[in-house]
Amino acid sequence: MSIDMKQFHSVFFEESQEHLDEMEHLLLEIDIVNPESEQLNTIFRAAHSIKGGAGIFGFDGLVSVTHVMESLMDKIRQGKMGINADLVDLFLTSVDMLKSILTSYRNNAEIDWAGANRLTELLESATIEKTAKKTKAKPKNKAVKEESFGFFSDPVIGTSDAYGFFEDIDQKQQEDYGFFEPLSQASEPDSRSEETSLASSIFNSQSSVSVSAIATTTSSTKTKAAESTESSSIRVDVSKVDQLINLVGEIVITQSMMNLLGKSIEGSLGEKYQSISAELERNTREIQEAVMSIRMLPVSFVFNRFPRVVRDLSQKLNKSIDLVIEGGETELDKGLTERLVDPLTHLVRNSIDHGIESSDSRIAQGKTPTGKVTLRAAQQGGSIVISITDDGAGLNREKILQKAREKNIPVSDNPPDSEVWRLIFAAGFSTADQVTDVSGRGVGMDVVKRNVQSLGGRIDIDSVAGKGSTFTIRLPLTLAIVDGMGVSVGTQTFIIPLVNIIESMQPAEKDIKTLVGDDQLLMVRDQYWPILPLHKSMQIEPDFTEVHKGIAVLIETNKHKFALFVDALVGQQQVVIKSLEQHYKRVQGVAGATIMGDGSVALILDVESLGLNVSQKSYNYLDKVS
Amino acid sequence: MSKHILIVDDSASVRQMVEATLKTASYAVTAARDGAEAFELCKGKVFDFVLTDQNMPNMDGLTLIKSLRGLATYSKTPIVVLTTEASDAMKTQGRAAGATGWMVKPFEPAKLLEVAKKVMG
Repeated sequence: MSIDMKQFHSVFFEESQEHLDEMEHLLLEIDIVNPESEQLNTIFRAAHSIKGGAGIFGFDGLVSVTHVMESLMDKIRQGKMGINADLVDLFLTSVDMLKSILTSYRNNAEIDWAGANRLTELLESATIEKTAKKTKAKPKNKAVKEESFGFFSDPVIGTSDAYGFFEDIDQKQQEDYGFFEPLSQASEPDSRSEETSLASSIFNSQSSVSVSAIATTTSSTKTKAAESTESSSIRVDVSKVDQLINLVGEIVITQSMMNLLGKSIEGSLGEKYQSISAELERNTREIQEAVMSIRMLPVSFVFNRFPRVVRDLSQKLNKSIDLVIEGGETELDKGLTERLVDPLTHLVRNSIDHGIESSDSRIAQGKTPTGKVTLRAAQQGGSIVISITDDGAGLNREKILQKAREKNIPVSDNPPDSEVWRLIFAAGFSTADQVTDVSGRGVGMDVVKRNVQSLGGRIDIDSVAGKGSTFTIRLPLTLAIVDGMGVSVGTQTFIIPLVNIIESMQPAEKDIKTLVGDDQLLMVRDQYWPILPLHKSMQIEPDFTEVHKGIAVLIETNKHKFALFVDALVGQQQVVIKSLEQHYKRVQGVAGATIMGDGSVALILDVESLGLNVSQKSYNYLDKVS
Repeated sequence: MSKHILIVDDSASVRQMVEATLKTASYAVTAARDGAEAFELCKGKVFDFVLTDQNMPNMDGLTLIKSLRGLATYSKTPIVVLTTEASDAMKTQGRAAGATGWMVKPFEPAKLLEVAKKVMG
């Protein structure tokens, strides 16, 4: 027997993880007073499936806990025992333990046997307590050893070697399986088989009612089953999908080159060519969209972890909180969903820890004693907007300003609220009076902001004292596509990521101030922006060298603010990012390239590193002015 | 022609493992995720052997067996139910549903082949 069991492990890990997530989800949802039987059944089946797979693949650390969970849940679903908050807690702890054991197996790490055993005992004692005199379910391992299969041809059941397969079966096989009926290959009628077949025919007629009953129930569930088959999924390695995306990107480029070539063909042949080319272009675009959608996951993959986070945290802080989740079906690139977990967790924890007040304090303010945290996702054009809203105290303007001064974070005089709120994103800023173990470890909001920006997104804050706060994260639909503004300098086209653009304008000559040297500043609504001519950074020939003849694009990045001077705006569009570095060395100020609709290549600007080109002199001047 | 086996289990890892094991013995294998899917498959084709898990969503193993025994084409087909326990109650239920036999999960690949050989000759 040369089956390498290892090849099935990763599938087992993934499906077990899903089972555990589902269990957790259901446990959080379950109504203790009146649990839905389908929920109980699903939890039971999940425990059962993990146990079964773990047994086959030798992950013994998972077997005992799931076994006791399964038998407990079996009693509950059969109504032999009730469910209460303590039990749900115990189950949730078990799910946590199973997750950690699963992770250990995944990483070939040491298994926490002591923890698993402790939990098994806890679960077992819960079983005993609740079922009073009912003997606790014995671990079945022993039974497995005694007999692990059998055939039902032996009419006597119940003895330890409970199967009588036919006369010709040797003894050792009696152990692991059994047969109920004479096997077809041995169909010579003997009295016993006649007996059994008679018995079974009687049985059949008896059960015909129930069979038809089953038939009707199946016909009602059939549609359900068909539906589930429709939406069924296959597991594919992400690298395969990425390869596909890359290849489609190549096709898009090749197609646009062919398109361009076709324009040079004259006459009726050219016309035919162009109509075919147009069709190919449409198909290619559809393929591209379809392939991109493979990587999309509903944002609920991230959201679903929060009921647990909120439950645990509100218990710990003794606050009463309702979590509302909206738009979980909104789809987002897989790469983005995974990297959203940390920043979102931080924001939700912040809302609960700092935002929502204690019940007493809420009642005193005339609010409902239970606070509300809302997680919302929606698609708006080419971006995904995710917001975390709480109806708590709101950000405290005075406290933030005071803290900022203590920490020597520069603050302008009488700043608008939006500027004050942004202070909490400064490195090392924390508004908690005491650093709690819930939030505020000093690695707070600045990390959140950096995480979001590394995803090509931005984060904004709205807050009203006494009413609550909303943190809004805007993300591109996918990492491979960027929403950009096309700008031209001379014959070249460049793409600026839209998230960094504040606005674009044709500046008036009077608003431009020239410093000693060639550096220029642009005055926009009483604020100076250093002007960065793109043609200088890229060392190309522009159409205009005077700023007021061209266009200034106001750009704000993590660290820089500047007005990028270009010749003209080409238009807003979504572009597919192709990395340059596979083919060329890194170019300063350039994040990648893309193919434009006309087949030409446009460089996508890395505005963060472009910002480094803003001369120190301009900054010095700006500091002086402010 | 090689014998064609239908395996029914909601766990993908178990399905893959059972399928790979049976294929080493040159059996043809079709897999279904639950009883309902298996039943649909069986309406269109007669397999030589059905190996089904008991606990599954949509339709469990014993219900599948009862339903299959209601089809004329499946009156004699060997059907073995995978179970995690070999209790008397389970055996009574299995027999009543019309199962040919039972096999305890977890099992060794070799045991699986032994059972397959036994039921199909």
